[in-house]
Amino acid sequence: MSSPVEVRMIVNGTPRAGRCEPRKLLIDFLREELGLTGTHAGCEHGVCGACTILVDGVAARSCLMFAVQADGATLTTVEGLADGDELHPLQQAFHRHHALQCGFCTPGMLIAALDFLATNPEPSEAEIRDALSAVLCRCTGYQNIVKAVADAAEKMRAAGGAS
Amino acid sequence: MKPAKFDYHAPASVEEALALLRRYDGEARLLAGGQSLVPMMNFRLVAPAALIDLNRVAGLDYVVADGATVRIGAMTRQRAIEFSPLIAARLPLLRDAVRRIGHLPTRSRGTIGGSLAHADPAAEIPMVLRALDGQVVARGPAGERRIAAADLFVSPLTTALASDEILTEIRLPAMPDNAAHAIEEFARRQGDFALAAIAVTVAPAAGGRHTVRLATGGVGPVPQRLVGAEAILEQQGFGADTIEAAAARAAELVEPLGDPHASADFRRHLTAVLTRRAVTAASRALA
Repeated sequence: MSSPVEVRMIVNGTPRAGRCEPRKLLIDFLREELGLTGTHAGCEHGVCGACTILVDGVAARSCLMFAVQADGATLTTVEGLADGDELHPLQQAFHRHHALQCGFCTPGMLIAALDFLATNPEPSEAEIRDALSAVLCRCTGYQNIVKAVADAAEKMRAAGGAS
Repeated sequence: MKPAKFDYHAPASVEEALALLRRYDGEARLLAGGQSLVPMMNFRLVAPAALIDLNRVAGLDYVVADGATVRIGAMTRQRAIEFSPLIAARLPLLRDAVRRIGHLPTRSRGTIGGSLAHADPAAEIPMVLRALDGQVVARGPAGERRIAAADLFVSPLTTALASDEILTEIRLPAMPDNAAHAIEEFARRQGDFALAAIAVTVAPAAGGRHTVRLATGGVGPVPQRLVGAEAILEQQGFGADTIEAAAARAAELVEPLGDPHASADFRRHLTAVLTRRAVTAASRALA
């Protein structure tokens, strides 16, 4: 009931488990129980998007889910984007275009952009800007993030669709 | 820990959820998509004794055409509505409204039933339910009842749903193929709740006339049908002067809320401006 419960999930392809109270937010479970500190806790009420992860393949705010709700789910966090030492095309584009300054919002930006490109592989600049309003960046003014997502979209299309 | 302690239950059926509601006797909250409730819990503005999570209840996630009605399960995600071909064909007003809710990652979780039961005065889905005169289905200890849009919204964040009832389905009349629609809203930032919003549908009727439905969001304490403004357009058509007269009437009909984001006078002004824009856009889309 309100006492700790066992939670099992697949995170970045690996089965993981932990115990937590039902009131533990998924973001805190990832960071504190699983040690996956790549996902950042920003506003913790769903506005800033820094904590965005993929839950069963679609982007969601991990500060607006309880860990117990993700029992049995498949999650992807920023740690799961790279393929070994090979950065994901979105990460490469963010690097190439210098699409970050402090980097705090970047995990959320990457995951939100990945989900967006899965729904819209050939977006206009206006559509990219609309999608990126899902994550707040207070450093960059978004210009280079927009360029990076446009570039990544092109590279991902050339490589045969979103991966 | 952000939220206060609560008992957590994840029932598998509506019956089980209803039994839990009875057991906690008004002290439990239902958890749908959590995009409004969880922020309030993180701020400890809400601290329920128990959370009854509807996400594992089977059979509340569907969009089906049933004759001239579209039936939508209460736990259908806003994202599923956004990408549903059936919604795009039969309820394009709803699709366009859903695209304006928050952002794609919040629509992944947010549900249609959760938005209606939460009854934020500025939310888009309540405005659409009101514009289209839909109804919701609620299940409680005494069985099932239907609640019309006009009766559902009582005051901000308060509906006619009893504390032992669960909203299970939304029923909306399919829009005619030759209908046009528009939504106009004013918000300070992309994805924010609108300070004021107007939804309109225009459908050709007999004798070259049109049926017009106009509803507000974010203006008053609950979404409002603007019947007096509809009548002007239905009787006199869509000339610029007529649209202006309907917009002025709309501004007279509303009872705006004033808050730190916008004064009541500003919301009244926005009502006229957004009505003019929405009706102009919809009438042009007809041609």
